[in-house]
Amino acid sequence: MIDTAAPRHEKNEVFGKDMGMDESVASDERRPLLRIESLKTHFFVDDGPVRAVDGVTLTVPRGKTVCIVGESGCGKSITGRSVMGLVEHPGRVVDGHIWWSPADGDQRSSAGGRNPLRRSRRHAADSDQDAVDLAALDPRGEALRRIRGNEISMVFQEPMASLSPMYTIAEQLIETIRLHRRMSKRDAYRLGVELLTRVGIPRAEQRMNAYSFQLSGGMCQRVMIAIAIACGPKLLIADEPTTALDVTTQARIIDLLAEIQAETDMSMMFITHDLGVVAQIADEVVVMYLGTVVEQGSVEEIFHDPKHPYTRALLASIPKMGVGARKRPETIRGQVPHPLNRPAGCPFHPRCDQAIAGVCDTSEPPTVELPNGRRVRCVLYDRELVTTAAKGDQAVEATSGGTDE
Amino acid sequence: MSVQTTLATESITDSEPAQTAADEVAVARQWRLVWRAFLRHRLAVVGLVVMVIIYLVAIFAEFVAPYSATQFNSDYPYAPPQRIHLIDHSADGTHVGLFVYGYKAKLDPETLKSTFTVDTSNRIPLTLFAHSTQPYRMWGLFNAHLHLIGPKDGHTQVYLLGADHNGRDLLSRLIYGTRISMSVGLIGVGLAFVLGLVLGGVSGYFGGRTDTLIQRVVEFFMSLPTLPLWMGLAAALPSSWGSLRRYFAITIILAIMAWTGLARVTRGRFLSLREEQFVTAARLDGNRSGRVIFRHMLPSFTSYLIASLTLSVPGMILAETSLSFLGLGLQEPVVSWGVLLEDAQNIRVVATAPWLMLPGVAVVIAVLALNFVGDGLRDAADPYKR
Amino acid sequence: MLTYIGRRLLYMVPTVILISMVAFVIIQLPPGDYLTALAAQLSQQGQSLDHAQLVTLEHRYGLGQPIYVQYGKWIWAILSHGDFGQSFEWNRPVSALVSQRLPMTIVLGFTTVIFTWIVAFPVGIYSAIRQYSPGDYVATTLTFLGVAVPNFLIALVLMYLGYRFFGLTVGGLFSPDFENAGWNLGKLLDLFSHLWVPVVVLGAAGAAGLVRTLRANLLDELHMPYVVAARARGVPERRLLFRYPLRVALNPFISTIGWVLPTLVSGEIVVAQVLSLPTTGPLLLESLESQDMYLAGSLILIVSVLTVVGTLISDICLAWLDPRVRLRYK
Repeated sequence: MIDTAAPRHEKNEVFGKDMGMDESVASDERRPLLRIESLKTHFFVDDGPVRAVDGVTLTVPRGKTVCIVGESGCGKSITGRSVMGLVEHPGRVVDGHIWWSPADGDQRSSAGGRNPLRRSRRHAADSDQDAVDLAALDPRGEALRRIRGNEISMVFQEPMASLSPMYTIAEQLIETIRLHRRMSKRDAYRLGVELLTRVGIPRAEQRMNAYSFQLSGGMCQRVMIAIAIACGPKLLIADEPTTALDVTTQARIIDLLAEIQAETDMSMMFITHDLGVVAQIADEVVVMYLGTVVEQGSVEEIFHDPKHPYTRALLASIPKMGVGARKRPETIRGQVPHPLNRPAGCPFHPRCDQAIAGVCDTSEPPTVELPNGRRVRCVLYDRELVTTAAKGDQAVEATSGGTDE
Repeated sequence: MSVQTTLATESITDSEPAQTAADEVAVARQWRLVWRAFLRHRLAVVGLVVMVIIYLVAIFAEFVAPYSATQFNSDYPYAPPQRIHLIDHSADGTHVGLFVYGYKAKLDPETLKSTFTVDTSNRIPLTLFAHSTQPYRMWGLFNAHLHLIGPKDGHTQVYLLGADHNGRDLLSRLIYGTRISMSVGLIGVGLAFVLGLVLGGVSGYFGGRTDTLIQRVVEFFMSLPTLPLWMGLAAALPSSWGSLRRYFAITIILAIMAWTGLARVTRGRFLSLREEQFVTAARLDGNRSGRVIFRHMLPSFTSYLIASLTLSVPGMILAETSLSFLGLGLQEPVVSWGVLLEDAQNIRVVATAPWLMLPGVAVVIAVLALNFVGDGLRDAADPYKR
Repeated sequence: MLTYIGRRLLYMVPTVILISMVAFVIIQLPPGDYLTALAAQLSQQGQSLDHAQLVTLEHRYGLGQPIYVQYGKWIWAILSHGDFGQSFEWNRPVSALVSQRLPMTIVLGFTTVIFTWIVAFPVGIYSAIRQYSPGDYVATTLTFLGVAVPNFLIALVLMYLGYRFFGLTVGGLFSPDFENAGWNLGKLLDLFSHLWVPVVVLGAAGAAGLVRTLRANLLDELHMPYVVAARARGVPERRLLFRYPLRVALNPFISTIGWVLPTLVSGEIVVAQVLSLPTTGPLLLESLESQDMYLAGSLILIVSVLTVVGTLISDICLAWLDPRVRLRYK
């Protein structure tokens, strides 16, 4: 059905990762690097609270790439920013947890890292087996500041605007390094040149003294990536890093990110609306709709066996090559509701072909755990609910009260 | 957002009940949206009310003022303001009603200065819609006797805001001054507007060399200290000119300097609009430049223009006040706030008659009100923002 | 950088030429020429011009010749030996009169600009980062007032209050004792004790405007992507504010000299008149009133050129601080 976009045959790297699946089954039992639990980030505007992120639960396993996909406005960027404590006024994380466990006693990966920085990075976390709840930290506080740019770093949508035009590349690179590492300016400079070369910037020495407005968008994004990986983070959040770039540059940047991720033990949370990119780089996929996660699973499962009606509709909307190419791609009927008047019950029910009247429009759908750590937030996979719904309205009311969290 | 082939989910519009409500808001006319956004600024609304009152006073100056601007009484030089009272407890009982107390004037034989003390035994009743003994010509069209407020007995003189050195009523002069000061602002901005709109529009629309040239001229004007030039030009006006001619000449001089700001705003908007797709579309549809400008581009930033017009009126008023204050702007018998303030130049005069600074308060109120309205309009001008 | 300065200097030339033309036009505006005015004035004093004097003067100012010749002679005299012509009201060379008043004007202007910055900088930052706090409301209200109140009115009110409640005469730049004394420490201190009044009065409007500009700029910059990106790198909050948004918001601050100076010069004329300061403002006013046009025209020329030079300096500072401006001309 979606052969062209199927991940397996896209690239060798992906295939290589697949080979490691056995290993990752084992690592799944370990604590994930990042676990977001029913996170709610709301924006308090004049017209009432906008529930941009409304109960997101997802996990980022160690050393994997997790893609968050969804239409614009579904809350995927806000989820990424919530992790970093970067949500700006009038937005606020109102509920939920962001469990960050940089250390799990498994030191194997750190030895493999060829980055010299890695030696100094595990200090307090080494002995501390408990995870930190990032959502509970003061977003302007010192604890979170130490994590930002160090353990977790971020690459943004607009590379040009994300670099200050007042300082040279060198100044911003060195600043970041020296904020988290004890290092002389000279050493930091040398490391900066190394990093720029690593992200594929030609004549790195010269570019160190350039300003952002003298570089192209693609170059700026490479610089941003260099700054992001400068301190050898455990997690890189990439928030639509290629949206503002032209198509050829997009492909190169994605290759670069995938390459860096493969080389290090770094995990990546890749936020995008481009399913092609997802197929290319993802290990796991998180599908979001209107501030909630509707489905999470491995990239193969999501593409070959989508469970949630929304995921199915999304995949059906991809134009196909080959047989029947002249057919118009299918569209999801209706429009995304305005976040201020979200429908009751399942947010997707007004557009869902399989919606069950009396169930989907009244009660929040349950999150159903499937094998292989897969999760779907849909009534259809809760056998009990579906059968009771078929029996009659009265029964539905009784059970929905019970299953509702 | 870039057009991606991936999430083509927004192409079909199924009308749903929830959707129609949102649509209604979306089709509201631009002006209604601007107005709605404007009403949210409380200060701007207050400013608007004050501005309307000021302009009403200016329009109906003859009726609002108790006396004419020139009527004087040499018995009362620098008579202080009289407070309006409502209740009087005098020997012969309690009186209720609008009234003021009269003065007892005492002439100092040495300095020849009059000093005034309040004489509570002399009660001068006031009334709304008073009849005066001397008729005035309303708008120069017809004779009338009616005043908004005045003494019941048309022969007596009251000074609600005090008197100047000739015993002229400051309140009346202030009200007549409102007409001149506010109209200088309006007419001056009107002239500047024509200049600024045309030159700025041409500059922004055609760009290139035309733009560079006009921008150089604008920069030139902006780099000059305006007041000395105004003074130089105003001083060169022949003293033989009548007051009306002088009035217009001063207005033109003020406008010569004020157009640059408007030209900048217009140019900036034109430059950014030129890149908009609907303008390109209009041009590709074969519209001539005139039509593109007036039919397609101008309507999309009229609200901006009105905002910056409102914001440049205060500058005009301040400029006129400064010029007249220095004695180089308007001159007697024309009465403007600046002309009135000219009397207050001397510290000795101000010390004996501090109420002569009141026209300054009028200037401040008018300028503040206009600034609030202008700011409110500017913020409301783009209803689609946010 | 040098290219930029060179280019900026080149741009200045036509501006200065235009200014000189405007000044010359103002000199020529009143009816009758310089000679008739001078003759009339002399005959008032019971003197008359002899023929030889008449010829010299006619030659000196190119009277009777086409206007552009007159302009050429006028500007050449200024450029070659600083001869701005003669003030017949004072019966002294214009250059002597101006050099007497100009230093004080420059001192006053410079002090006012510094005052404006010192006040506007912290207030503007505070107002922006604590938006909608009570302090912000107070500051915003004050800036509205500062912009709306004509500065001569502030001077008047200050003078009135000083007189009424302290029996002081606020005005002038020196106490009578020091008026004609030579320069010494006492006179300098005396100058400072007087200078603050005109500086505050003149600086009020400028400071108010600056606070508004800085607040608006900083509010815009605070939410720029580069600020979020810097925070995401772990830059501490205070350092972030100063190094990132404030740094960009400062640029308009520097370039404000461009518009502060012209308004300052204009305001100076009115305020100096009210406070009777020994600066160029009152001199200009007197000369215009008595139609002493060479003096008036020269003052307008000098003050305008000084403003343009001030703007040039601020532009160079801006280029030095803002790489975007500097590198555009590399």
